[in-house]
Amino acid sequence: MSSHYEAPIREPLILGEKSYHDISVDVGAPILGKANKSWWICFSIALIAFLWGLGCIVYTVSTGIGVWGLNKTIGWAWDITNFVWWVGIGHAGTLISAVLLLFRQKWRMAINRSAEAMTIFAVVQAGLFPIIHMGRPWLAYWVVPIPNQFGSLWVNFNSPLLWDVFAISTYLSVSLVFWWTGLLPDFAMIRDRTKSPFQQKIYGILSFGWSGRAKDWQRFEEVSLVLAGLATPLVLSVHTIVSFDFATSVVPGWHSTIFPPYFVAGAIFSGFAMVQTLLLVMRKVVNLENYITIVHIEFMNKVILLTGGIVTVAYLTEYFIGWYSGVPYENYTYLSFGAATGPYWWAFWALIICNLIVPLTLWVKKWRRNILWTFIVALVINIGMWFERFDIIVICLSKDRLASTWTMFSPTFVDIGVFVGTIGFFFVLFLLYARTFPVIAQAEVKSILKSSGERYKRIRESGEDLAGTATDERTSNYATRPESLAAASNAKSTYHQSTVNADALVDTETKKAEIDLMLAKIGTYDPATQSADDLQKISGVGPVLEQKLHQLGIYTYDQVSKMTKTEYDLLDEIIDAFPGRAERDDWAGQAQNLKQ
Amino acid sequence: MASGNVLHVLYNDDDILMKAVKALRSKHYRIIEVYTPFPVHGLDKAMGLPYTRIAICSFIYGLIGLSVATLMMNFIMIEDWPRNIGGKPSFSYLQNMPAFVPIMFELTVFFAAHLMVITFYMRSKIWPFKKAENPDVRTTDDHFLIEVDAANHDLDELSKFLYDTGATEISLIHNEEHA
Repeated sequence: MSSHYEAPIREPLILGEKSYHDISVDVGAPILGKANKSWWICFSIALIAFLWGLGCIVYTVSTGIGVWGLNKTIGWAWDITNFVWWVGIGHAGTLISAVLLLFRQKWRMAINRSAEAMTIFAVVQAGLFPIIHMGRPWLAYWVVPIPNQFGSLWVNFNSPLLWDVFAISTYLSVSLVFWWTGLLPDFAMIRDRTKSPFQQKIYGILSFGWSGRAKDWQRFEEVSLVLAGLATPLVLSVHTIVSFDFATSVVPGWHSTIFPPYFVAGAIFSGFAMVQTLLLVMRKVVNLENYITIVHIEFMNKVILLTGGIVTVAYLTEYFIGWYSGVPYENYTYLSFGAATGPYWWAFWALIICNLIVPLTLWVKKWRRNILWTFIVALVINIGMWFERFDIIVICLSKDRLASTWTMFSPTFVDIGVFVGTIGFFFVLFLLYARTFPVIAQAEVKSILKSSGERYKRIRESGEDLAGTATDERTSNYATRPESLAAASNAKSTYHQSTVNADALVDTETKKAEIDLMLAKIGTYDPATQSADDLQKISGVGPVLEQKLHQLGIYTYDQVSKMTKTEYDLLDEIIDAFPGRAERDDWAGQAQNLKQ
Repeated sequence: MASGNVLHVLYNDDDILMKAVKALRSKHYRIIEVYTPFPVHGLDKAMGLPYTRIAICSFIYGLIGLSVATLMMNFIMIEDWPRNIGGKPSFSYLQNMPAFVPIMFELTVFFAAHLMVITFYMRSKIWPFKKAENPDVRTTDDHFLIEVDAANHDLDELSKFLYDTGATEISLIHNEEHA
């Protein structure tokens, strides 16, 4: 069909001989199967790191912020570095699902679910730092503009820190809702696939009773599109506002008008690096290499290359303008000659090497299609972007306007512990997610299978029609549909099966039609080619019942073995000898055994 | 033929489904509902479903959010507790507005997004603890199900017609609701 057309030059996004059913099976497998050993090892390590961080947080809150390495000169250090780092990482998910949806990029579909999960988990980590830094986290609700016991004491809406509260909470909640709405059809798929009653119940609740009506899908697509339109400026606003925390101050190196676009580009840069880090491992562990292909990895590397380029230009601009201003304080900002040769030279060069130099290797096509090299580059960028925030905050503060207060920052074990703890918490959440959530937006991937699947591209190029190619014999009884049915009915005005001789049993046309429908499902008996089985061997079937079954056109074990509750109910209705008997005695199961 | 009968017709290919829906419509059979595992593009048009107005709702919700932000900050920052912050006195809402733009924007998005999604859930009747209503579990996997109103139709002719459109399975449902 022309609606599935895609230029042959585009590389397939779904590899292998996949049918719609294959996608359900592959996406459902990690959830319906058991966790392997490596999952448990990773989970244990993450959990230990998380618990260690939790201990450090409890220690900080119970003792005071003094347990951190902060001093009078450097009043912001690791906590804000980690906050900005995590928020930045949390930018890729919404960018992938929203911006790429607006641009109609099909490759987003395999990665958006996990990228959004990563976004939400990263923003949760980010949100922890300001709350811990408040010192009394149980008073965190004071940032909300609510009437209070102090009379007309309100929050200050001129403050970028309050803008942060609104921006990040809006971002977190909208991302969550966007993510969950997309998950509904996939939870429904798991709900309908699983055999375990417990899972059926849980995924039934999680799927909100999603049924997949045409009208639901129409609204679903419209909601996704509008949410994408809202989330795109939202995601840009969040890091813009985070950059205002610095840009609205008068600290040299922070007071910079290019911070908003530069921070947004940096956030996407680090976010995509984290997506690469996670997905390169995940696709291997849960066997999704056919869905998250080398093409996806290359596309993400191209985004990294673009945003890395923007960040590079911003660095060079900062360096040049600082020098060109001739202001002596500017020689101590994080991008200056002073920083490159001063006591923080190692942090300066870590930033330059990790963010400017190493990503340049991705210009080489062979390298950006190399999985191992991509993984290394992604890790390097994660480190580099952490150093960027560390440099902005600590280097700029370390040499303030009064030379006698110049000092350096050294983290305590608590600083390090809290950071490690958030990494642990992040991976705890992500690992749990990978085991319990459909990690690929399977409904969306199914909608592009016929245009971008390798198998369908091949069929289309060979000039064949795609209609009917989605048939999967594991889920459909297509083969049992008697071809003679249509032919027979062409000849006669009514087409009741010739093997049916049920006039004595049924009186209405409706019933006859129902019998036909049943036979269409379980198959018809052809006396010319088949021989009748001894149905009395089925426990519960006597001579009388066998005769009645024969009257209905049921002669073989094969037919009986295909019966389900629907057919039993029909038999009960027509024969009404032993209600519920067939189901109780499990005729189908018995016939299955007798067949062999 | 007894009225109140509904046929559940299963297909296993989206292209065949589209053709079947068009064929059913051209023969003036009534399609009660179609269940699909993924959004089949053009299906709503083929079924003759009206456009969804949820985007218009979202726009209105956004305007409400913008108003809430404006009223809230005008009351808090201008009327209730005017302050001189960093040498910038509290003049009027309009003059002090640039500092309020971020929150006005965030609340607009907050209202537009959340209220739209809640509207979607309410209109499509999906919420936690809601029972799923897809008649066959395979409709979330790889099958497509059309509910055809069989009342006042010759069942034999209809099911023959449906098999000719490529249906893989047909089952008859006695449904009092549609009687």
